[in-house]
This record gives sequence, C-alpha cells and structure tokens, in this order.
Amino acid sequence: MLVLALDTATPASTAALVEVTADGLFGVAESRTVDPRAHGEKLAPEIAAVLAEAGYRPRDLTAIVAGLGPGPYTGLRVGLATAASMGQALDIPTYGVCSLDGLGRAAGPGRVLIATDARRREVYFATYQDGERLTGPDVAKPADVAALLAAGSLPADSLGSGPLDAGSLGASSLGAGPLAAGLLGDAVGGGLAGLVDRAAGEGALKYGDLFGVPVEEHLLYPPGAALVALAAAKIRGEAPSEVLTPLYLRRPDAVEPAARKPVLT
Amino acid sequence: MRDEPLVLGIETSCDETGIGIVRGHTLLADALASSVDQHARFGGVVPEVASRAHLEAMVPTMQRALDEAGVTLADIDAIAVTSGPGLAGALLVGVAAAKGYALAAEKPIYGVNHLAAHVAVDTLEHGPLPEPAIAMLVSGGHSSLLLVDDLTAGVTPLGATIDDAAGEAFDKVARLLGLGFPGGPIIDRTAVSGDSRKIAFPRGLTAPKDQAAHRFDFSFSGLKTAVARWVEARERAGEPVPVADVSASFQEAVCDVLTAKAIDACLTNGVKTLVIGGGVAANSRLRVLAEQRAAKHGILVRVPRPGLCTDNGAMVAALGSHLVAAGVAPSRLDLPADSAMSLTEVSVAG
Ligand SMILES: [Zn+2]
Repeated sequence: MLVLALDTATPASTAALVEVTADGLFGVAESRTVDPRAHGEKLAPEIAAVLAEAGYRPRDLTAIVAGLGPGPYTGLRVGLATAASMGQALDIPTYGVCSLDGLGRAAGPGRVLIATDARRREVYFATYQDGERLTGPDVAKPADVAALLAAGSLPADSLGSGPLDAGSLGASSLGAGPLAAGLLGDAVGGGLAGLVDRAAGEGALKYGDLFGVPVEEHLLYPPGAALVALAAAKIRGEAPSEVLTPLYLRRPDAVEPAARKPVLT
Repeated sequence: MRDEPLVLGIETSCDETGIGIVRGHTLLADALASSVDQHARFGGVVPEVASRAHLEAMVPTMQRALDEAGVTLADIDAIAVTSGPGLAGALLVGVAAAKGYALAAEKPIYGVNHLAAHVAVDTLEHGPLPEPAIAMLVSGGHSSLLLVDDLTAGVTPLGATIDDAAGEAFDKVARLLGLGFPGGPIIDRTAVSGDSRKIAFPRGLTAPKDQAAHRFDFSFSGLKTAVARWVEARERAGEPVPVADVSASFQEAVCDVLTAKAIDACLTNGVKTLVIGGGVAANSRLRVLAEQRAAKHGILVRVPRPGLCTDNGAMVAALGSHLVAAGVAPSRLDLPADSAMSLTEVSVAG
C-alpha cells in the first residue's frame, strides 16, 4: 500500500511516500523544504517530485496521512487543505496524526521533550517515553516549559488515551492560558523529576539553552515515515477516512468592537 | 466535435468559500459556504476565522458543486483558483486545495485575479463582453474602475478607493445607526422609506481640484465621518435620529459618486459598455441611477444577478474558461497566493 505523508506544521514542508506492508514500513521517497513562509508554494511541487522520483502516479496512492499540528496556522492549513483535496479527488482515506507525535516516535527510546516553534516567543510541546506521548500537546513560553521540567511537573495528557479529538483538545487548551495555574498541580505521576533526558524539534533547538537537556539536532521536523507509522494500524485496517482538523491550541485573535467613539469635539 | 471545456473555479479570497463549474460559458454549478455569521459580532471579517471556515467548508462545498453539475473531478478539463488579491491566509487555503485537486486529478491549474473574475462572471449571463469595456467593482473589499481591453490578457486600472471600500462604508454607517452587519442590504432596505435629499452628505473626490490626481479614484472615509457627525449632533441635541433619511441620503451620496465616475470613465475612453460587479452592485439604487445616467449617453449597463455579484466560485470558473478558450498557458504548481496581486496580472504566468 502506497501512502503519501504531508506535514506543514513547522517551517518545513514535507512530502513523503511510504510503502506499508502487512509487517513493515518502507520509505520510498521524501522531499523537504525549510521556509516558514513558503508552504503554499513548495508543498505541491514536492508531492509531484516524490511521485515522479519513485515512478508513481497519484492514482497509485492508497491513503494520505497528514500532520494536524499543532503549528502556526497559516502554514499548517496548507498541508491539510492539500491532503483533504487529494483524498477527495482520489477517493482514498485521509488520516490525521499529531505532528509532535511524529517527532516523538522518531526520537525513539527514552524520555524526550518535543518542542516546535509556535511563534510569539512560545513553543508547542509534548513529552514522550519510548515514542509514546506522556503529556501535551500544549503551547507555552519556553521559560515556563523549562520551569515545569525542573519541577518535574507537566500538565496531564490533554488528549487522553482515545483517538485524536481536535475539538476537545482545542477546548481544553483554550481559556485562561494553556498553562493555567490549575494545571500546574496535575503532575504526571509524582516521580518524574528530571522528566526528560533529551529534547528534539526545531523549538528545542531554538530554545535549547533554557531546557537544560541535550538537543538532538538531527531531528527537527516530523519525518514522513514516522507520521505514517502512527497511522499504520488504520491504514492496514482500512479504517474510515478522517476529517483533517488542525490542532488549534489558540483562539483566533479578534476583538469585538468597542462602543462608538465620538467624532464631535 | 469536441465538447466545450469543463472548468472548475475555487474562490476563498474573503469570507465565502465558493466552488463553481462551467461548461464553456454555461454555468452548471455554483456552491457556496459563507462564514459571514461568524464575523457579524466583530463588525467585519476576521481573517483567522475566515481561514478556519474555508478549510472546513472546502471538501463538502466541492462535493455539492460536483453533485449539482453531475460531474466528477476526473471529468474536469481545468481548475481555476483565486490567487489574489484578498486575505492572505484565506487565499492560501483555496490555492492549496486547488493544487491538491489539480495534482490528484492530473489537470492544469490557473491562478487567477479575483477582480478580473468579477468582470468575467457577467459573460455567463449576458454573453461575450464587447471590448473595450469599463468595469466598476464595488464591494466590502474593493472599489475599482477598470478599463477592460482583453479579459484574458490585460486589464487597465483607472482608479480605486484611496481609503475605505464602498461596501466598508455601508458596513460602518450601518453599525453607527445600529442596523447590523453586513450593512449593504440593510441600508438598501432601510433607505426605501427615507428621503435621499434630506441631508446633503459630501461627495468625496468630486471637487474640480481633485480632477487632476483623482478623477477616477474614490474616497468614502470623509462621508462616513460626516454621517457620524450628523448623527451624533442629533443625539447630543436630544433629537431622534431619522434612520431612514440618513440611510437614504448616505446611499445617495455613495451611488452618485460611483455612477458619475463610472460614466465619466466610459465617456473619456469612448466605451459603450459598463459592467458593474461586487457585492455593492446588488444595491437597488446603484443599479437604477447607473442605468438612468448611462441611457443619456447610449451606454449599456450590464449587472450580473445579485448571487453572481458577490464573491462566488462561478466567477473564477468563468474567467478560467475564458483563459482556456484563449489558449493561455496554465500556471505552475508553485503558484503563490498573492494578497496584493496586481490588476495587470489576469492569471499567474506559467
Ligand atoms: Zn470580490
């Protein structure tokens, strides 16, 4: 089964082809461009390029896996709009996975902090043990994440153990600020002091000095094969197609207009 | 004999997600999803809210359009999408989706100019456009006078608003009168029972001194402020505000300036056809006044039906169909969403 993976949740636009068999995953081709302002221009040519490079046509695809973020919205939507439209045109299922999970999965064994740049001097982050998410995803200032790590306390898993539910995630994380005081008490187990032993993701690289753990500089963006791995069971089981809703961790910036200002002086 | 090309158009430049399908110059489907209700309490379109809504609406709106036309994506000969001008984040959703459809179905893609599409849509209703023509495009996002030499190759901008768009002025005046959003249709209705000669509101950029630099430009900011001052003076004096008269007098000032400049543009350029498009083209007074004034000079006014004046996918499909028919080369898959796309660019060069 030939699967296309797309991710535009970070400054990278990634398109990858992965062959999914009954007992394994094989990377076929991958293209990545790092330019935070050019997802809209780069992604589609990259998809065409990986297909051409591998000698396939779009109709050969069996499924599409897309990174749902979290990520800066404008770029993130490029990957999801592209994945959804291709899925519709080809009449094949689309599956959404958390982009941070792709990095967490690729990071492998051990306890890892994944952080990506959320702009506005904040990071999207989550923690993983042996590739499985322990906490997050959430958005916060890097210094606050560092403080939580030092205290051995991170907000409880916002996603629960069920399938990714963007709606409930958005609701739980909005409100008075993602790391509202109440969450600080929700330590994940008591004994996670020194919660992680390393970090990965371009946000970890950017703010690495603050986190005080080694940063894996080779693992900055979600690899296509890791995203496909996260959806492998659904692909093999021919699960129903999913609506690709971004993991919006912030409300839109919009203010209701104030009362009319007088114009007579 | 080969069938005329089947062209699909995608529009997401503001708050409407539109998908239109034409065969040649015949409209087969025009599906629309609007996020206007989500913007009402903010008194104007919120870009991030619009972008979120476009992403949610894209696949279902496409399905409705395909079902309405009774075709599949595999049947489509070309895909056109609004490349600009418009809200950057909103445009990007439509452009990314269009690329996905074009890539998957292996079809050519045309990134097109939203304003030229507003002109092209009229040919679906009224047939080929005599060229050159003058087009006046008035909406919440734009107010422009254009000389249309060749719809597929070049459009010459004559003038545009130097501050608020015409539709924006309607929104702001409706808000200060407490009438709601969007303002255009509400003011139009409210004005029916008012006296348009009751209050002499200013006509921006119509003084002799403005002729040299701004003959075909518009300004509605001063008008909006004049209405606010007038209303506030009544309120301070403890007098009731005659909302219908204010609406009618304001609407008359806008329509007077728009039609006077549009007719002037026709006469100056020796043009006998005036096309009016954009949401404000649905204003009843604008249509009547334009026709009255044009008739005196033997100028024909063409206005698409209201549903085709506001933003929609049919207009994009219509322009795409003209481009295909003219043999214009498609755009490439790296075509950008260009929020400030120039009017001289009808489609993104391949
Ligand atoms: Zn428009």
